[in-house]
Amino acid sequence: MQAAEKARKPLFDGPEWTFELMEKARDAIEKIALEDLGLDVYPNQIEIISAEQMLDAYSCVGLPLMYQHWSFGKHFARDEALYRTGRQGLAYEIVINSNPCISYNMEENTMAMQTLVMAHAAFGHNHFFKNNYLFQQWTDASGIHDYLAFAKNYIAACEERYGPCAVEEVLDAAHALQSQGVFRYGRPPKPTTEELVAMQKVRDGYESGQSVLDIWTDTTLGRDKLELVEDASFSARRKQMNLPQENVLYFLEKHSPALEAWQCEILRIVRMLAQYLYPQKQTKVMNEGCATFVHYYIINKLYEQGQITEGAFMEMMHSHTNVVLQPEFDDQRYSGINPYALGFAMMQDIRRICQDPTDEDREWFPDFAGDPDWRKVMRDAWANYRDESFIQQFLSPHLIRKFKLFTLTNDADLPNLVVSQIHNRAGYKAIRRDLAKQYDLAYLEPDIQVTDADLRGDRELKLTHTVRDGIHLDEEDQEEVLKHLRRLWGYDVSLDAVETACEN
Amino acid sequence: MHHFIDRRSNPKGKSLGNRQRFLRRARENIKERVDRSVRGKSIQSGSGVPDEGEKVTIPTRGLKEPRFFHSSKGGLRRHVLPGNKDFVVGDTIKRPDGGAGEGGRKASEDGDGADEFSFTLTQEEYLEILFEGLELPDLVEKATVETETIGTRRAGLTTAGTPNNLNLVRTMRNSLGRRIALQRPTTKSQRDLEEQIAELEALEERSPPQEAFLAELRQKLEGILRKRKVVGYIDPLDLRYDTFVPEKIRNSRAVVFCLMDVSGSMQEREKDLAKRFFLLLHLFLERCYEHTELVFVRHTHHAQEVDEETFFYARETGGTIVSTALEKMKEIIEERYPPDEWNIYGAQASDGENFGNDSVRCKNLLLKDLLPVSQFYAYVEIVDEAAEMLLNNPEAGEDLWQNYREVKGQAQHFEMQRVSQPGHIYPIFREFFLPKVRGAQNAGS
Repeated sequence: MQAAEKARKPLFDGPEWTFELMEKARDAIEKIALEDLGLDVYPNQIEIISAEQMLDAYSCVGLPLMYQHWSFGKHFARDEALYRTGRQGLAYEIVINSNPCISYNMEENTMAMQTLVMAHAAFGHNHFFKNNYLFQQWTDASGIHDYLAFAKNYIAACEERYGPCAVEEVLDAAHALQSQGVFRYGRPPKPTTEELVAMQKVRDGYESGQSVLDIWTDTTLGRDKLELVEDASFSARRKQMNLPQENVLYFLEKHSPALEAWQCEILRIVRMLAQYLYPQKQTKVMNEGCATFVHYYIINKLYEQGQITEGAFMEMMHSHTNVVLQPEFDDQRYSGINPYALGFAMMQDIRRICQDPTDEDREWFPDFAGDPDWRKVMRDAWANYRDESFIQQFLSPHLIRKFKLFTLTNDADLPNLVVSQIHNRAGYKAIRRDLAKQYDLAYLEPDIQVTDADLRGDRELKLTHTVRDGIHLDEEDQEEVLKHLRRLWGYDVSLDAVETACEN
Repeated sequence: MHHFIDRRSNPKGKSLGNRQRFLRRARENIKERVDRSVRGKSIQSGSGVPDEGEKVTIPTRGLKEPRFFHSSKGGLRRHVLPGNKDFVVGDTIKRPDGGAGEGGRKASEDGDGADEFSFTLTQEEYLEILFEGLELPDLVEKATVETETIGTRRAGLTTAGTPNNLNLVRTMRNSLGRRIALQRPTTKSQRDLEEQIAELEALEERSPPQEAFLAELRQKLEGILRKRKVVGYIDPLDLRYDTFVPEKIRNSRAVVFCLMDVSGSMQEREKDLAKRFFLLLHLFLERCYEHTELVFVRHTHHAQEVDEETFFYARETGGTIVSTALEKMKEIIEERYPPDEWNIYGAQASDGENFGNDSVRCKNLLLKDLLPVSQFYAYVEIVDEAAEMLLNNPEAGEDLWQNYREVKGQAQHFEMQRVSQPGHIYPIFREFFLPKVRGAQNAGS
């Protein structure tokens, strides 16, 4: 600490960045990130890109390589229009869950912003990606680039062979089912060696080897097996086809009577990417909270150590405060709870509970209130939770009061909205539960499962939507998605709604 | 392991393919809007389409990406909100209009909530869509009128040439290779040797071994010097010259004659309409030909060639003799645009009033002199806003109109139309250029 307080020459002075300065800053950040905070990161690959390239990256869900599809063009066109007319700024950074961890910094950033962005993305997000259990279990950081390259080439090759329109039709349909294309609870059955070989052949696209393909895909990928099942009873089908199946895309890929091998492969690509991005959807608050906490800690440390000038520090703080702004519900700027604000506040709060606990904190968080090693508590939290469980576990009464959170109940049977909980002793637990639920994707996204498909009978694909709390699907969109589904299945598709009892 | 990569020089248009797919998808919607936008466009400067592109707003119809999601209506939901002021449990709030609370996930999901979708087309895209489906009259003709000019093209390297064509890189590479191969002593080895000799020579007294060493060094130096002389730094063998060969370059050129009546009766409104027409014609031809030139001819009772500015913005008074403009055009063609090298297009705008029996003269000029050398000739008559009768009845009209009708009867590549407001321009322009079975009846061929 003594050494740290010694005034040093700042790392940089002035807004212009150079690669030498960036390297110096990165080294200083790294020192704090690894030695002080004890972070564990993938190697960093920091890329400098222009604003235009940032727009490009935006439109492809932030991935460095992506197959081509009109919807990305649409998003690009919209983002570009918003950006050019000044109605929307660009993100300062994009970071990719990969090994090495790639982050993009924009050339327009000042040196102070580059420093902030590096601390945020290259260390904060990077640590989170590498250590959070969801990412560890469900994503393959070192394989994603290869997979993306494969997907891009494969789809381009399909376009060449079958025409862009035919490919677009499959992609449109697959995109419509993207949210129903993930395994939420368990891993998919592992493909057998034969299946892997067959899939490889499909990918290699041996047109001439069509007969070989037929043999492999139809017999080993299990399509014809179904036809051979003598006992066509419902229970046998359920067992055979792993029903009910929540991953609709997976089911179609394996069992659709209408799809050709290349179409199945496209479904698979869309499904794999949906699965890869699923942990990010589940950890917005935590991921941004982690990165924001890390950059905030690091820039303060750099400033304490005299490594950055007061000017640079002010610039970073200005940007930081903008990012963590949480407008109140009646503010014009309000558009839901800001994940940066909530995440950052919760991380800061954990540190406070460790360092300076109140009696209330001791009562609510007996496990870590007053823990001398707040860094370890924090790292455990980052590693072992997702938004829903994190809020359920760590949101403190202190924060509920600070944000003045309240619950509004919207019951269609009642004429008005009702304030059902406020930030008082009686409401803490309920508010925490309600907020956690607001981040539970399994609750937010419709629960739609394949329940039956009699391939020896009428071949109708039966889906069931389990209605919770009386909330049905949006009808107009539902019809559109079903059209896509029918195209993929080739036969009739029905969707039934089953109501479950309202939860109290 | 950490590293930085500078990606800024990477190709930018990574989204180009996606963008094209999007435009293709949205084509119909976009086309409708583009057509509408050009109709309502007011022309301030010389160019009708801004370089930075054209903003279009299209409905999201057909561009929606449907998903299964919860309806925003019905059911029971709870929302946690920040910033409670003075609510207590049990307070009720009126449901906001639409009754959705914040269940509007639809809007946030991918921005589809908005009914309209706006973005900017590049100029290129704009024009492409604008002219989609249109074709240049007499494309057959175009190919035969392609001219061949002589240009030069790089054609590799030779060992002989003029110094200004010396290819330094190749020459130096050869030189270096030869020097390495022939083991030409380097300047450094020569200098080192010279230093050693100088050192020894500087000694007052030298021992016999030193003397012997000195002699040896001197001999060595001599050898090096000789070898350096024999093996030159640059040898004539090394020299390489760029060569160029003459090449026939095919290109097609087009000239558009804009002829306009600027007599007193042509007011700003009339000129504006004429300008819109000329502008579309120019943009259209520019896309089809590598080079398009514009010639502006204005006339009252006499004609003169002017620049664009004067053409559109200056006004004269006086009588009207339309044939002067046609004669001017003929004159200019003879002087500068040999028809075997140029695609010639005529566009004429007038309010239809002409002096005495000059219209017959116009007819003859067109039939005898101009149409035989032109690819296409369009006449636009700008009539009064109130002249519904004229618009609806092509048979009615003044002297000039009647004579031109006779021309039209005889020449397929002559078109005439009447307009009275900006909205008419684009449709008639389209009509002019819609693919037609015209045949090679062009009098010139």
